[in-house]
Amino acid sequence: MNTIQLLVDAVSLGSDFALVALGIGVVFGVMRMINFAHGDLITIGAYALVVPTAADLAPPFIGAWPGLLLVLAITAIVTLVALATERFAFRPLRRREVNSATLLISSFAVSYLLQSIVLFVHTGRPKSVSIFASLTQQLEVGGIRVAWVHVVTILVTLVLLAAMVTFLRRVRAGVEMRAAAEDFMMARLLGVRADRVIAIAFGISGALAAAVSILFVSKTGVLDFRMGVPLAIAGFVGTVIGGMGSLVGAVLGGFFLGVASTLLQALLPEDLRPARDALLYGLVILVLWVRPQGLFVAGGAGERI
Amino acid sequence: MIIRGVRRLFPGLSLIIGLAVICVAVHLTGDLLVENALTEALVYMVMVVGLWVFVGNSGIISFGHVSFAMVGAYASAWQTCCLAMRGVFMPGLPDWLLHADVPVVVAALLAATLAAAYAAISGVAIMRFGTFSAPIGLLSLLFVTKTVYENWTEVTAGQSSIVGLPLYVDVWTALGVACLAIVLAHLYKVSAHGLRLQATREDQAAARASGVVVWRERMIAYVLSAFLFAIGGILYGHFLGTLAVSEFWLDMTFLTLAMLVVGGMRSLTGAVVGTLVVSAIRELLRAGEQGFDIAGTTVAAPQGTQEIALAAILLAILIFRPLGLLGDRELGIPPLT
Repeated sequence: MNTIQLLVDAVSLGSDFALVALGIGVVFGVMRMINFAHGDLITIGAYALVVPTAADLAPPFIGAWPGLLLVLAITAIVTLVALATERFAFRPLRRREVNSATLLISSFAVSYLLQSIVLFVHTGRPKSVSIFASLTQQLEVGGIRVAWVHVVTILVTLVLLAAMVTFLRRVRAGVEMRAAAEDFMMARLLGVRADRVIAIAFGISGALAAAVSILFVSKTGVLDFRMGVPLAIAGFVGTVIGGMGSLVGAVLGGFFLGVASTLLQALLPEDLRPARDALLYGLVILVLWVRPQGLFVAGGAGERI
Repeated sequence: MIIRGVRRLFPGLSLIIGLAVICVAVHLTGDLLVENALTEALVYMVMVVGLWVFVGNSGIISFGHVSFAMVGAYASAWQTCCLAMRGVFMPGLPDWLLHADVPVVVAALLAATLAAAYAAISGVAIMRFGTFSAPIGLLSLLFVTKTVYENWTEVTAGQSSIVGLPLYVDVWTALGVACLAIVLAHLYKVSAHGLRLQATREDQAAARASGVVVWRERMIAYVLSAFLFAIGGILYGHFLGTLAVSEFWLDMTFLTLAMLVVGGMRSLTGAVVGTLVVSAIRELLRAGEQGFDIAGTTVAAPQGTQEIALAAILLAILIFRPLGLLGDRELGIPPLT
């Protein structure tokens, strides 16, 4: 395999993971909760592409709509589900001021609930759906062939990151979100509305999850009721190695993980390849052992008293 | 002296008596299905009590303990499973293991010790993580363990199952082991190490300032809890008679955590009660999926209701009783805690 092709693959997977980690990081920033259900938002976005049926072959539903409409519909659905989890599960919990361990378990329960619902509606058999089929064609530049879908993934990620930066810097809601992530109590005292800022964070994470569903399905074409789990784990690990609470760290952490994963896959000897994830996540534990505060944050950013 | 000793052990002892009464009562009814369900619940209880030793005392959620059940269960299978077929399922075992016929109790202790050693090694890194990164570190550990066992086909049969483990787990074995686990967990809770770890749970900075070495206390609880959880995993294998790597994944993680949280993860009584409550709910839902006869027609909940209902019930309990059904309370008089 050509080096440049390999790099494009690596950056493409890195972009996916970066988007997942960013979605998890946005919610973590304002709520101090690692949202387990994020992966299942991605699953729901993917399954919304097909008609809900227990049959083996599911005809495309939203997946058959024209491109722009498809993107809008999936984004709307996933964002609504994300907002619903906030409104009906996490907000009542927050009202009761439960500790972070209980919040973490609840998000695990929400994740399990969403997974079980998808399993209930669509059954556990993997299904296939093809969207943006033209993206699987190869782009040829100077003898190097790269699938369009990778290029598009990278471009979409860059656009979303730029939009996110603009939102956090220039839009009032974004500034409020950064303030809440910095010091929630202080931000509230200065007039930031807690429910609103958290709902916005969930909305954004939902939209990011929708983007990942679409990008990921156009790459693989396969639906599975647990397809979000490995992505979410990659996202959690990305936010953790990036440094909890830092969005730049989350993006870099997720990106780093995706790149490392692709490179390991290509460079490992044949018989070790199936165990790639074991190696990768083992490596992550070692990295965190050396730098418990994460790779991309300043040394003194521990928990304050 | 004796009175103090009894008082010290009271919450543990009363739980044991309660469990024994339930077992005898169920056995006397002669309903084998219920007895089987109770045995399964007691097997899970060993795991949940083990999980409680770490999670309950440290306040750190673990998404990784199922790794130890897996390590333990397979290590026990290597020593005791199906002598005639062992070479077929697990051709990669070294010669001395391939023909070893270890008594089941010794095998279980050795296997759980292996899991505890695995915890000790992984703990060197993970026990130093922060409150938010430790659960994710533990989840990574589970991911690593599962991937390795899935691909280590010569000794784990990979994606397929190992069949023919000796079935030595009946309701009395399970009860005996669960009681031992409860006693150990209770002794840990009231020991100096347990108290120090609970102090780090309540206020880490204050505990640190009082001279508690946080990672060391966490490590002790983690290794003990891995040992107990592994014993639970071993019983699970010898209860079902088959092992598959896919059993030891998020479903089991969710189930054991739900059992821990429903009763109240801060109390040992909570862990025990939670296991019984969740097991009972599961059995009812399972029966509901099979259908009840009402006036000659069978009314059955659709397949998959069980998981949805369980998740919804757990969420409802977390929302309405965030500390679980029992909160901090233990059975009996708790002047010592």
